[in-house]
Amino acid sequence: MENILSLLIWLPILGAIVVVFIPRDKEDIIRYTSAAFTGLQFIVAIQLWRKFEPENGGMQFMERLDWIPSLNISYILGVDGLSLPMVMLTAMLFFIGVFVSWNINKAVKGYFALYLLLDAGVVGVFLSLDFFLFYIFWEVMLLPMYFLIGMWGGPQREYAAIKFFLYTLFGSVLMLVGILGLYFTCGKTFDILLIMERAPEALDGALWWGMSASKVIWVLLFIGFAIKVPVFPFHTWLPLAHVEAPTAISVILAGILLKLGVYGIIRINYGIMPDTVWWFAGGLAFLGLVNVIWGAMCALAQTDLKKLVAYSSINHMGYTLLGMAAVVAAGAANGGDLKAAQAGLSGAVFQMFNHGTISAMLFILVGVVYERAHHRDIDGFGGLASQMPVYTGITALAFFAGLGLPGFSGFVSEAMCFIGAFPVFKTIVVLSTIGILLNAAYFLWAFQRVFFGKLNEKYKDMPEINSLELFTVIPLAIITLFFGIYPRPYLDLIRSTMDQIIEKVAFVANYAAM
Amino acid sequence: MNNLQSLEFFVPELILVITIIAALITDLFLKKSKTDVVGWVLGIGLIVVALSVINLRHVPPTTLFLDMIVIDPFSSFIKLVVILSTILIIIASWNNDELKDYRKGEYFTIMGIMVIGLFLMASSVDIIMLYIAIEVVSIMSFILAAYLKLDTRSNEAGLKYVIYGSFSSGVMLYGLSIVYGLTGSTNYFEIQEAISTLDSTANPALIMALLMIFAGFGYKISAVPFHFWTPDVYEGSPTTITAYLSVAPKAAGFAMIIRFFHQIFSDGNALGLNLIGATDMPWPEIIGVLAVVTMTLGNLVAIQQESVKRMLAYSSIAHAGYMMLALPVISIDAVEAVMIYLFVYLFMNLGAFFIVITIKNKTGGETFEDYRGLGWKMPFVGSVMTLFMLSLTGLPPTAGFVGKLYIFKTLIGAGESFYWLVIAGGVNSVISLYYYFHVVKVMFLEGERSDEIIQPPAPLFGLLIVTAVPSLLLGLYWNPLVTWVKDSLIFYTQTL
Repeated sequence: MENILSLLIWLPILGAIVVVFIPRDKEDIIRYTSAAFTGLQFIVAIQLWRKFEPENGGMQFMERLDWIPSLNISYILGVDGLSLPMVMLTAMLFFIGVFVSWNINKAVKGYFALYLLLDAGVVGVFLSLDFFLFYIFWEVMLLPMYFLIGMWGGPQREYAAIKFFLYTLFGSVLMLVGILGLYFTCGKTFDILLIMERAPEALDGALWWGMSASKVIWVLLFIGFAIKVPVFPFHTWLPLAHVEAPTAISVILAGILLKLGVYGIIRINYGIMPDTVWWFAGGLAFLGLVNVIWGAMCALAQTDLKKLVAYSSINHMGYTLLGMAAVVAAGAANGGDLKAAQAGLSGAVFQMFNHGTISAMLFILVGVVYERAHHRDIDGFGGLASQMPVYTGITALAFFAGLGLPGFSGFVSEAMCFIGAFPVFKTIVVLSTIGILLNAAYFLWAFQRVFFGKLNEKYKDMPEINSLELFTVIPLAIITLFFGIYPRPYLDLIRSTMDQIIEKVAFVANYAAM
Repeated sequence: MNNLQSLEFFVPELILVITIIAALITDLFLKKSKTDVVGWVLGIGLIVVALSVINLRHVPPTTLFLDMIVIDPFSSFIKLVVILSTILIIIASWNNDELKDYRKGEYFTIMGIMVIGLFLMASSVDIIMLYIAIEVVSIMSFILAAYLKLDTRSNEAGLKYVIYGSFSSGVMLYGLSIVYGLTGSTNYFEIQEAISTLDSTANPALIMALLMIFAGFGYKISAVPFHFWTPDVYEGSPTTITAYLSVAPKAAGFAMIIRFFHQIFSDGNALGLNLIGATDMPWPEIIGVLAVVTMTLGNLVAIQQESVKRMLAYSSIAHAGYMMLALPVISIDAVEAVMIYLFVYLFMNLGAFFIVITIKNKTGGETFEDYRGLGWKMPFVGSVMTLFMLSLTGLPPTAGFVGKLYIFKTLIGAGESFYWLVIAGGVNSVISLYYYFHVVKVMFLEGERSDEIIQPPAPLFGLLIVTAVPSLLLGLYWNPLVTWVKDSLIFYTQTL
C-alpha cells in the first residue's frame, strides 16, 4: 500500500465515474456501487489508522509528485494526528450516508455521482499538503454541494443552494489572495510544509498597506475558513442550507464540512503563522463565546427540529474555537501552562470529531421522523414516546450526548476546551458556561415537546424506526458512548501532533518575550 | 526590410488572400443550398495558413514592409488563436439554423477578410497600419452582424455597430493625429523615442491623445465606457458571429493594446525586459480604473438579463475587464497572463455560445425560459454548459480558474499598489457566479425528469467536446500551454 492516501482520494472519484456509466434505471445497482466504493474507502481508512504511528507527530505516508513545475505546484499528500481522525470520520460518515440516502429516488444516478465527488473533495482537503491542491479540493466540494442541496433539497432549496455557494466562494476568493500572498513572500512555492518553515522569517516585518503582512494574510485565510465553520457573523448560510438539504447531506455538512474550517485554521493559520496566533487568540476566544451564546439562543427560539439541530452546531463549534484559543496558555507570557494548552487544543480537535458523530446522529434521527410525518415542527408532535419507544430511546441518547452529559464524548471534549481556556480567558469561559445551560435547555425542552405529553392523534400509526435506520445510528451511538467513557485512545492518537503545534506557538511566544 | 524581401515572411497572409479569392470564385458556381462548400475552402485554406504561421514561428523577429508590421512569436501566437477560433466558428456556422435561409458564400469570404485584418492588428507597429487593420476588421464585422437581412434585430445590430464603430474610430484617428503632431512620426519606435524627449508641457495633449486612442481600443475589446454597442450587437447578430466577435477581435485587440502601450508609453525596450517603469503618463492607472469599472458593470448588468445570449454578451464585457486587470502591470508576466487568459477564454466562451446555438436550433429561443429543465432532457448539453459556466466563473479545476490565477498572481507579485485590483477581481468573480449559475439553476434545479433523452446532432456534439475537453483539461494540467506561451513571449523591439 505505497499510495494509500491517493487511494483514499481516488477511490470515490473512480466510484463516481463508474456510477456515471451505469444506466439510470438500474437504481439499486447504483446504490450498491456507491456503498461498495465508500465501504472500500472506509476499509482503506481503517488500514491507514492501523499502520499510523501515533508517537510520530510529523507527516506520514507522504506522497510527492511534480505537477506544474513552472509555478512550483506539486501533488503532495500526507497525514498526521490532526488529519487522521478527520479522514476516518469522513470515510465513516460517507459510508453511513449512503444508507441514509437509500430512499432517495429522484435522479439516483446524479445524486450518487455527486455524492462520491463530494467525498473525494473532502478527503482531498484533509490530505493535501500543497496549497494549490488544497484549494482545488476545497473548491471541488462546492459544485456537488450546490447540486445536492439544490436538486434534492426542501422547498427553499434553490435559494439555500446559491446562498451557500456565494458565501463559500466569497471566502475562498479571500483565501486565494492569502495563498498567493504566501506564495510570493515565501519564495514562490505552494508546498505547505516548506511555507511553514519559511513563513515566520519571510513574514517578519513584511508590510501590506502599512499593516503587518502576516496579520493581513491571517485575516484573509481566517475569513475563508470562518465561513465554513461557521463563525458568527458568517453563519447565516448554515441554518438555511441545513434545513433545505436532504438528510444525508445535512449529516455530511454538519459532520464533516464544518470541520474543514476548523481544520484549516489549525493546519494553515496556526501552522504557518504561529506568532499571529498570539495577536488573534483573544478574538478567537471571544468569537467562540459569541458562537456558543448566539447559537444556543437561536436554537432555543426554533420551532423546526432540524433548524434547532443546525443552530446547535453553531453552538458546538464555539467550544472548538475556545479550545483553540487556549494554545496561548503555553507561552511564557501566560505562565507557560503547557497542560492547559494541551487540554485546550486536544479538546478542540476532539470536539471536532465528537460533534461529527453527535450531529450526524441528530440529523439522521430528525430525518427519520421527517420521513414519516413530512414536517419537523417541534410543537406538531407530542407523546411520540409511547408510539415509538426505540426511537425515543435513541433520540434521548443523542440529545443527551448533544447537551454534553457526562458519560458521552461531547462532555469530555467540551470540558477539555473549558479547562484549557480557563487560565487565560477566565471571563470568557465563565460567560460561556451560560451556553451550556442554554444548550441543555433547548435540547430538553425540544425533547419534552416532541416525545412527552399526550400522543398526537395524527401519529398513532407512526411506524417505529426501521432496521436500516438503526444500522446508520447505532455505530455512531457506540462511538459516542465509548469515547465518553474512555477517551484515551483518541487522545493518544493526536497527542504528538498537538504537542508539535503547541511547541511551535509557544516557542514563538518565548522568543518574543525575550 | 524592404517590400520585396518582406514577401517571404508574409506567406501566411498571401495564402489567406489566395484562399479568399478561391472562396469568392467557388461561390459563383454554387447553388444556394451548397454554399457550405465555401466554408470548406476557407477552412482548408486556414489550416495551410496555420502551418505556414507555425513554420515562420521561429524566424528572428523583424519588421516588414519598411517598418509597417512585425513578425515575432507573439504575433504568431495571436494569429494561431485567431485561426483556431475561426475554424471552430466555420464548423458551427454549418450547423447554425439561423443561417439556413441565406447564402453562406459571402459570409465565409467576409470572415476570411476579417482574419487578414486581425492578423494585421496583431502585428502592426505603425499607427497608419494599425488604423487600416482596425477598419478592415470593423467593416467586415458590420456586414457579418447584419447578415440576417430578414431579421430586423440583426439589421439593427449592424446599424448600431456602424454608427458606434465609425464614431470611435474617428475619435481614435483624431488622437493618433495628435500623437503624430507631437512626434512627427507614425512609427511606434520613433514615436517612443520622440516622446521620451518631449518636455512636460506636452503632457496635457498627450493625455488627451491617449484617452482618444483608448476610445478606439476600448471599443474593439468592448471596455467600459466604450461598450454600449456590445449587448445589442451581440444579441442581434447570428450567434456564430456573436461568438466570433467575442473572441477573435478581442484577442487581436489585446495584442494591439499590449504592443501600443508597452512599446510607446514605457521607457526602454518595453517588451523583453522584466519590469520597466512607465513614462510619466498615468496610463496604467487609467487602464486599472477602466478594468475595474468594466468588469463590475459587465457583471452587474449581466445579472438582470433574461436572454442567455445577452447575458453572455455582458459576461464577455466582464471578461475583457479581467484581462485588462493585468495590463497596468508593465511586465512580461502580465502579458503572459493575458495570453493564457485569451487562450482559455476562447474555449469556454465559444463553448457557451455553441450551447446557445444548440438550444436555439431546438427550441427557437434564447431566453432562460427556453433552458428550463434542459438538464433533464439533454443531460449532456446540461453538464457541458455547467462546465462552461464553472469555467467562466473561474472555479477550479477548470481552465477559467487558471486564467484568473495567472492574472491574480501577476497583480500580487507586482506589489501592494495592485492589491486593490485583486480584491476587485475576486469580488467580481463571486458576483459573476450568481448569473452564471442562474443558467445551471433553470437547467437542473427546475423541471422534471423526462423519459426521453435528446442528444445534440453529431457536429455540434463534436464542437462541444472540442471546447469542453480543453476547458476542463487545461484546468488540471496546463504546463504545455504555459510552455507555448513562454516561447511566444518574444517581441520585436528596437531602439533607435
